[in-house]
Amino acid sequence: MSSEIKFGRAINQALRECMAADDAVIVIGEDIAGAGGSFGVTRGLLNEFGEHRVRDTPISEAAIVGAAVGAAMCGLRPVVEIMFMDFVTLAMDALVNQAAKMRFMFGGRASAPLVLRTPHGGGLSAGPQHSQCLEAWFAHVPGLKTVCPSTPADAYHLMKAAVADPDPVIFIENKSLYGASGPAPQAENAVAIGEAKTLRAGTDLTILAYGAVCRDALKAAEMLASEGVSAEVIDLRSLQPWDKDAVLASVARTHRLVVVHEAVRDFGPAAEICAHVAEFGFFDLDAPPERVAAPFMPPPFAPDLERVFRPNAEAIIEAARRSVS
Amino acid sequence: MASEVENAERTRALFRAVCLIRRVEERLERLFADGEIPGFIHLSIGQEGVAAGVASALREGDTVASNHRGHGHALAQGVALKPFFAEVMGRDEGACRGRGGSMHVADISRGMLGANGIVGAGAPLALGSALAHQVKNSANIAVAYFGDGAVAEGVIHECLNLAALWRLPVLFVCENNGWSEFSRADAVLAVDLEKFAAAYGIAFTCVLGEDAETVASAAETCLADIRSGAGPALLECRTERHRGHFAGDSQSYRGAEDVERAEVVDPFAVMRTRLERLDPGEAARIDAEVAAEIEAAVAYARAASPSELEAAYNDVYARSALS
Repeated sequence: MSSEIKFGRAINQALRECMAADDAVIVIGEDIAGAGGSFGVTRGLLNEFGEHRVRDTPISEAAIVGAAVGAAMCGLRPVVEIMFMDFVTLAMDALVNQAAKMRFMFGGRASAPLVLRTPHGGGLSAGPQHSQCLEAWFAHVPGLKTVCPSTPADAYHLMKAAVADPDPVIFIENKSLYGASGPAPQAENAVAIGEAKTLRAGTDLTILAYGAVCRDALKAAEMLASEGVSAEVIDLRSLQPWDKDAVLASVARTHRLVVVHEAVRDFGPAAEICAHVAEFGFFDLDAPPERVAAPFMPPPFAPDLERVFRPNAEAIIEAARRSVS
Repeated sequence: MASEVENAERTRALFRAVCLIRRVEERLERLFADGEIPGFIHLSIGQEGVAAGVASALREGDTVASNHRGHGHALAQGVALKPFFAEVMGRDEGACRGRGGSMHVADISRGMLGANGIVGAGAPLALGSALAHQVKNSANIAVAYFGDGAVAEGVIHECLNLAALWRLPVLFVCENNGWSEFSRADAVLAVDLEKFAAAYGIAFTCVLGEDAETVASAAETCLADIRSGAGPALLECRTERHRGHFAGDSQSYRGAEDVERAEVVDPFAVMRTRLERLDPGEAARIDAEVAAEIEAAVAYARAASPSELEAAYNDVYARSALS
């Protein structure tokens, strides 16, 4: 009954509604106004809200993210786009030393409520500097929030939550999801930052994922079901804060855990999640937690290499089989 | 033309601002030597004319982003002495509840967006603040204070370009004290600041920062142009750093004769002499008044409470999202 919407379009709709509701919301970034963004997410905003609030910037990541922090401290709600997540290296001072610390460092008397939108992930043969998943960097910094939706409806709701949030939010969009369709968002299904979602109920093991690999997790669960293994699939949706209660509760029922992400394995988000479950859910576990992630190497360019670099349903199934064996 | 009374009032106010910064920093220097201030501090003794002059030209609602040598900017902006000393001494009653210390004194209610521990990082904050003024159609402007050393940071150049491109209401104030930490400014910058400003098509003014009134007049002119929509401006204030990069710096890289030469260039002496001519005895009276305020603030900070861990933890996010 509900209509379908594409992932990128859902974010666009959220931005449009946020801008219409609050004049303090502005959108800035490289080629986001006239061109509508490299992936078309901000298309149409310039016409609707004008060049005062929708601004193309020079290729100056340090200045534009730094300016977003200063603007946020002075009452605006900037949404800034970094064209590829790899380019955040150029804006790290503004995010890590400035935005993340304002509230704490200034005694709770300042804040930097900005949203940084950025695409991560491979699949486009975009090579080592246009494909990385660097979310663990941000999840490790006190003061930043980090979200990574997997469906258009969640992307819509999380963008609305991010713009309304009083703290800086890193909003990560997996590139392979832009063209994906899903049910259009329903106003009554708002999503809070930090809330996981059970995509599929199961009893034998918990598969935990976020972003694009949620689809691989669901595919794996489908195939595991044909082998008689009932997998629960949870979409984390937010990495900082992350839904520890939902994960521990699921593990308490299934006793087995597989964590999946496209980011490289070593010191990735799965490391923190597995450590937390080992600390607080150890006696619920019947098998060692498994991690399915990209190998510890930069994303390769060659399509053949990139295909095996990125985690897929087969790798998840193998990990699940090890876990239940 | 301003009347004689107005001129006298301006001289008195500028002397007071310079005097306050000088005496506060001298007090900080002693407190630091006595072990009452943790961490490290960067003193702006010798550079007071810049903060005092620029701040005198600002209006309610204007904003400033400062740098690691930012005590003077905070004080000139009107950050109260008690929370100032309590902050630098790491107390809960501090301007930032003892979380930031000397390099992070801020008071948003006074338009003070913070000192900053990262060289050059205040400029994009001022740029963003100017963007907020512009988007809100307010008549306010933002000031970015930075040193000559920061001009070697890429982000400063990004900011100059972007400010010019968007005609943002921002005044870039470069306090050129000739030292990039322990290195001579001319050893780290290929050309003079004027050429950088010209490259970005930004209006440039250079004054001697020794005289707070000269700085104030130059800042007033720059700000009037910016407020009339002329776009950003860069004001270079040539000044002298009487002390080291940080308090306790042995300055082994700097000859004693250079320190002696620098100390002769004294914004405090300039304003005191001028005020003495206008109103004999007034400088000493203000100095005594300032000294009493400082001692009261130090006593307040000493008696203040320790900074609290739980409150600190609760300010990582607006509502603690951690469990």
